[in-house]
Amino acid sequence: MTDLVVPLLAGTVAAATPLVFAALGELVTEKSGVLNLGVEGMMLLGAIASFAAATTSGSLLLGVVCGALAGAAAATLFAVLALTLLANQVATGLALTIFGTGLSALLGQGYVSLTLKGMHALALPMLHRLPVVGPVLFDQNPLVYLSLLTIGAVHWFLYRTKAGLILRAVGESPESAHAVGFRVIRIRYLATLFGGALAGVAGAYLAVAYTPMWVEQLTAGRGWIALALVVFATWRPSRVLLGAYLFGGVTILQFHVQALGLAVPSQLLSALPYLATIAVLVVISRNYQVIRANAPASLGKPFHPGD
Amino acid sequence: MRLRLESRSEPSRAMLVASPLLAGGMTLGAGFLLFLVLGQRPGAAFQSFFVAPASSRNSLAELLLKAAPLILIAQGLAIGFRANVWNIGAEGQLTLGAIAASAVAIRFDGVGAGWLLPAMVAAGALGGMAWAAIPAWLRTRFHASEILVTLMLTYVATLALSYLVYGPMRDPQGLNFPQSILFSQAALFPNLVAGTRLNVSVFLPVIATAAAWLFVAKSFAGYQMLVGGLAPLAARYAGFSETRSVWLALLIGGATAGLAGVGEVAGPLGQLLPTVSPGYGFAAIIVAFVGRLHPLGIVLAGLLMSLLYLGGETAQITLQVPYAVTGVFQGMLLFCLLGSDLFVFYRVRSARGRRRPRVDGRP
Repeated sequence: MTDLVVPLLAGTVAAATPLVFAALGELVTEKSGVLNLGVEGMMLLGAIASFAAATTSGSLLLGVVCGALAGAAAATLFAVLALTLLANQVATGLALTIFGTGLSALLGQGYVSLTLKGMHALALPMLHRLPVVGPVLFDQNPLVYLSLLTIGAVHWFLYRTKAGLILRAVGESPESAHAVGFRVIRIRYLATLFGGALAGVAGAYLAVAYTPMWVEQLTAGRGWIALALVVFATWRPSRVLLGAYLFGGVTILQFHVQALGLAVPSQLLSALPYLATIAVLVVISRNYQVIRANAPASLGKPFHPGD
Repeated sequence: MRLRLESRSEPSRAMLVASPLLAGGMTLGAGFLLFLVLGQRPGAAFQSFFVAPASSRNSLAELLLKAAPLILIAQGLAIGFRANVWNIGAEGQLTLGAIAASAVAIRFDGVGAGWLLPAMVAAGALGGMAWAAIPAWLRTRFHASEILVTLMLTYVATLALSYLVYGPMRDPQGLNFPQSILFSQAALFPNLVAGTRLNVSVFLPVIATAAAWLFVAKSFAGYQMLVGGLAPLAARYAGFSETRSVWLALLIGGATAGLAGVGEVAGPLGQLLPTVSPGYGFAAIIVAFVGRLHPLGIVLAGLLMSLLYLGGETAQITLQVPYAVTGVFQGMLLFCLLGSDLFVFYRVRSARGRRRPRVDGRP
C-alpha cells in the first residue's frame, strides 16, 4: 500500500510547490490591498529568466535568484502603473499577463530545445527515514523546503510582527493608515514586489526543478489557479498550503489515472485542475459573509492621498 | 522639482481622446527600442510591421478580416466592463461558438439549403452564451468570481475542442489528422471581394457596433448597468438589479464571442481545427480598453490591433522576427494606455508652485 501511496503523495508535494509560492506571494500583495492579476505573466517571466540564467551559467541557484528578480521587475511595472499612476488594477494585471506571456515567448525562442540537469532531491538527514512522511516531505528538492519555510515566515510576519500589522492595516483601511502617518504607497510597493518575487520563484521552480525545460506557456494557468487559491485560503497562509496540496493531488491523480489506461478521454483528465478550481471557488464563495469578513477591505481599490 | 497629482473635478474630455493616441505613440517608441534590441533596423521593421499590412488590396482585406472578430468581441465585452463585470474568458466562449456552429455544419453536411448558415450563426451565438452562462450563474448564485471562472473555462474549452477534433468530430476520411470535414459551400459565409478572403461576416461587427451604441446610449438596461458599474450602492438604492446586470453582461459578451467563433470556422478556416483563434478573445480585452469602452473607439482600436496581428505575421516572414513580438506589442499598448489614462482623471502639478487653497474655498 505505501508503495503506491508514497509516490503519489511525493508527487503531490512536488506539483503543489509552485502553487504554494505563487499563492503566498499574491496573498501578501492582496493583504496590502493590491489585487495583482498578473501572476501568470510574472511566473512566465520568472521561468524564462531562471531557465536562461541556469543554462548559461550552469548554476541552478543563480537561476532561481534571476527568476525572483524577473518576477519582482515585472511586479514593479505593475506597481508603477497601478500604484503610482493609479490605473485600474484588474486591467493592469491582465496587461501584465498578456505582456509576460508575449515577452517570455520572445525571450525563450533560443531556449526551447535546450535541456537542463534539473535540481536534485536533497534528503534531509534523519528526517527522510521517517515512514511515509520522510520520503514524501523530506526527500525533495531544496525549493520544496524553501516553500514550507516561506509559509511559516509569511505567517509569522503577518501576525507576529509590527510590520505585518502595518501591512494588514494598509490593506484594511489605507485612509486610516495614511492618517496615522504610514506611507501607504511605499508599503504597497513592497508587498507587490514581494508577490512578484515569489511568483518568479514559482516560475523558476517549474523551469529548473520540476519540468526542467522551457516551452511557451510553461505555467499552463497555474498563476490563475494560485489566484483562486488565495480566495480558497480566505487570505490565511496556512490554508494556502492545504489548498495547494489539494490541487497538487488532483494534478498527480490525473497522471496516474492516465497511466492506468482507463477509457477516460485524456482531455477530461487534463481539465480536472481547472474544473476543481471552479468547484472550490464556488464552495468557498458561497458563504459570502466569510469572504467579506476575510478579504482585505480595500482590495483592488486605488489609493491617492489627498483625494 | 517634485510633481504631485491633483484630481480633476470631472474627467478631461480632451485627454479622453488624446490618451489612446499618446499610448499609441509611446508603444511605437517602445517598439523602436524593442527592434533595436532584437538587432533589426527599426525603419525596415516598422515598414513591414505597420505599412506593408495596409498597402495592397489583399492585405487590406486581411486587415478587415482580422479586425472583425476583435471588434465584435470587444463590443460585447465593453458592455460588461462598464458594469464592472469582468468576462476575460471570451476566448473560451469563442471556442464554444465555433464548436456549436461546426456541429451544425457537420450534421447537415451536403444539405444545400439557405437556412444552414443562419442556423450555424444562431448555434454559435447560443454556444458562446451557454459557456458564459456558467460564470453568470456561479457569480449570481454563489458569488464566485467571474474573472477566475471565465478564465478557467477557457482552458476547459480548449481541451473540449481538442477532444472533439481528435475524436467525435474528426473527418473519418482525414487520414487521422485532427480536423473536421471541410464545410460545404452552404455552410460558409459568401465571399465579398473576389480574389481575397473577405466574406460577408465582416458585417457582423458593423451590426454589433450599431447595436452596442443603441444599447449604451439609448436603452434603460444599458443605463442601469452603467450606474451599477460606476456606483454600485447608488444602483442598489435605485433598485437596479445587480443579478440582471451580471447575466446581461456575460450573455452579451458570450454571444459576440460565439459569433466571432462562427466567423472563423465558416470563414477563413472552413472547418474545425484544434486552434480556431490566435488569441482574439484576449486581444479583444485590450481593444475594448484602448477603444475607451466606446462603440466607435472600439472600431478604431480593433483596426489597430488587427494591424498588430498582421504586422507580426509580415515581420515573421520578411524579417524572421518571432511572432511573439505581437504579444509584446499588445501588452505594451495596454500598459501605455493605462498609464496615460492618469491624465484623464488627474492633473500633474509641480509641488513647489502649489498655492494654499484660500479659506473661502475658491482657487
